[in-house]
Amino acid sequence: MDNIAANSEMNSDTEDQDKEYVGFATLPNQVHRKSVKKGFDFTLMVAGESGLGKSTLVNSLFLTDLYKDRKLLNAEERITQTVEITKHTVDIEEKGVKLKLTIVDTPGFGDAVNNTECWKSVADYIDQQFEQYFRDESGLNRKNIQDNRVHCCLYFISPFGHGLRPLDVEFMKALHEKVNIVPILAKADTLTPSEVKKKKIKIREEIEQYGIKIYQFPDCDSDEDEDFKQQDLELKESIPFAVIGSNTVVEAKGKRVRGRLYPWGIVEVENPAHCDFVKLRNMLVRTHMQDLKDVTRETHYENYRAQCIQSMTRMVVKERKRNKLTRESGTDFPIPVVPGVADSETEKLIREKDEELRRMQEMLQRIQDQMDTQKDSY
Amino acid sequence: MASLDLARQPDKGARPLSLAGHVGFDSLPDQLVNKSIYQGFCFNILCIGETGIGKSTLMDTLFNTNFENFESSHFEPQVKLRAQTYDLQESNVRLRLTVVNTVGFGDQMNKQESYQPVVDYIDRQFESYLQEELKIKRSLHNYHDSRVHACLYFISPSGHSLKSLDLVTMKKLDSKVNIIPVIAKADTISKSELHKFKIKIMSELVSNGVQIYQFPLDDETVAKVNTTMNGHLPFAVVGSTEEVSVGNKLVKARQYPWGVVQVENENHCDFVKLREMLICVNMEDLREQTHTRHYELYRRCKLEEMGFKDTDPECKPVSLQQTYEAKRQEFLLELQKREDEMRQMFVQRVKEKETELKEAERELQGRFEQLKRLHAEEKTALEEKKRLLDEDQSSFNKRRAAAQLLQAQSLTANGKKDKDRKK
Repeated sequence: MDNIAANSEMNSDTEDQDKEYVGFATLPNQVHRKSVKKGFDFTLMVAGESGLGKSTLVNSLFLTDLYKDRKLLNAEERITQTVEITKHTVDIEEKGVKLKLTIVDTPGFGDAVNNTECWKSVADYIDQQFEQYFRDESGLNRKNIQDNRVHCCLYFISPFGHGLRPLDVEFMKALHEKVNIVPILAKADTLTPSEVKKKKIKIREEIEQYGIKIYQFPDCDSDEDEDFKQQDLELKESIPFAVIGSNTVVEAKGKRVRGRLYPWGIVEVENPAHCDFVKLRNMLVRTHMQDLKDVTRETHYENYRAQCIQSMTRMVVKERKRNKLTRESGTDFPIPVVPGVADSETEKLIREKDEELRRMQEMLQRIQDQMDTQKDSY
Repeated sequence: MASLDLARQPDKGARPLSLAGHVGFDSLPDQLVNKSIYQGFCFNILCIGETGIGKSTLMDTLFNTNFENFESSHFEPQVKLRAQTYDLQESNVRLRLTVVNTVGFGDQMNKQESYQPVVDYIDRQFESYLQEELKIKRSLHNYHDSRVHACLYFISPSGHSLKSLDLVTMKKLDSKVNIIPVIAKADTISKSELHKFKIKIMSELVSNGVQIYQFPLDDETVAKVNTTMNGHLPFAVVGSTEEVSVGNKLVKARQYPWGVVQVENENHCDFVKLREMLICVNMEDLREQTHTRHYELYRRCKLEEMGFKDTDPECKPVSLQQTYEAKRQEFLLELQKREDEMRQMFVQRVKEKETELKEAERELQGRFEQLKRLHAEEKTALEEKKRLLDEDQSSFNKRRAAAQLLQAQSLTANGKKDKDRKK
């Protein structure tokens, strides 16, 4: 009797559970499935003087050879070299997940004898990508928008100096509000562990001193476990990442590893005691790739967009002043504005701009009237 | 002593004589050596390289002391040079060493003028030596020779090739100083990369016509060593003043998690080669080259600039003194001429100014006259008008009086008529 009762109770429990069970706990799985189907894309920019190991590091990070037929210039050709922007796109796949990886390189950066404003072409390139996305987003057919925006910029700092140089500071300051900057301490096999620590502290101090906003790792929630928090703290203390790259495989202690062979020893690229390569790779590819894309989309791109719209409204007001004030509605923007903008922040901005416009119009009308009366009096 | 001494050709007028016994003048080199030891030696090294590339550390390592240099900042607005002089002694030989370091080299955004302070420094040292040489009362043997004898150019270990700044700077310096390029911080380049790097650097230097210092091959005792060393240029060096115990010895080294780089191990880097070549074998040759080649070139250029020549327009040899006298006369004449010219110009200008002023005065006078005339005219016109007005007024008054009189008369006439009617 009890059993039956218990059974029926259990049955009713599961029935209740069935009644309470909705099923949206499977949403993450659905997202996973859809995203695998859609595939991912990521644009990485590498910048820094030549000879700091950028190409080697990119090859090591993604375990491919992107720079097969590269031609390096001689010193005399580089005396007046200008900065170019080159793009390499590869499609790589791992366990069914497809990634379209674009590497944007900046050959010629910092190589000429006169490097004034050499960062300009890089900043222009990033802005161009933003502009193109802005136009696509505001267009009528939005099915196949290609996202070419730069998600992350690895900036290579030379280990041969005492810290940041004027060129580094200028570059980072020009770009820190356009792209996520991750500073890298290149060719770290020239520094002993104590030198690495000193340099990292010095560089972090200088970054703060000059007000450079590098990419900040998102703080972990307070309810995460201690291990995770410890890892997160270590990650933050490792900026800038001291990396070593290698395209060759050497034999060390019986194992075949990626490394550099010296008469005095073998540097293993993937040994955390030797360099921060593993940390960088984990951060870039395994844990923070999506966050980098999100920050680009939500912060840098939105900043660009807001600035763009502001400057456009200013242009329109100028046009109107010239055309002697017609009180038309705001439909003569050069690009049609998409109604129902998702972000409330930009909506607020637009509303503020409208107010400003109206005020300016009224003021202009007043001035115009004054001028008319003055003319009449003569 | 070889029978064929290439350094000295037998004089046409002197016949070679063979000696019957030992005279003793083979001690002349020893006398020279004793004298120079007594005087002490002097050597000046210039180190050019980016900030932080390891110039001071290498100097400390080379001379086994601590030269007490501090870290420079990367944010110097211009390249500067910092010279420090030290007195060193090894056994009974005294050396006065001057180390000149560049500060802020390679840090600026625009590096087009970076080589200029270095070139100016080298020229200044040459100039002060030249001045001393040309003095009337001079003391060359006591003079502290500050000319740069060797220039160590530190190349950054990029592994690809020279930087554009390196090429431009070395091209400007190769005719003024002995350049010895070294690859700094060479513990970041593996052996195979180093070989390719050295070849690339040398080929770039050759194709751009940069003359670096070649170790001399004319002295047989050191020719062989020097030839091998010339093939190892540029030297890949690692500097360190810290000592690490390897085996059971303490050696100068850098300790990494993956191994220990020993500075004096020839397998690890070329430091020993550099020390040998620079200090042990060729120091005196560097000084000689500086004096006989670079300084002479500077002196010739400078004197030619001032107008001195070795031969007359008629191709007769002219001594410095005559040229100097001629120059002096020329200069004085020129000075006189210029003074006269200036005086003439001054007088002329004064005259011009005077005529101008007179013109102006006349003009003003004319205008004043005209204004006065106009004024008088207007005055007469106005007086005329006033007279007319007065006349008008008086006639008007007369008419008014007449009219009033008429009116009064008519009134009385009307009154009489009324009276008449009433009657």
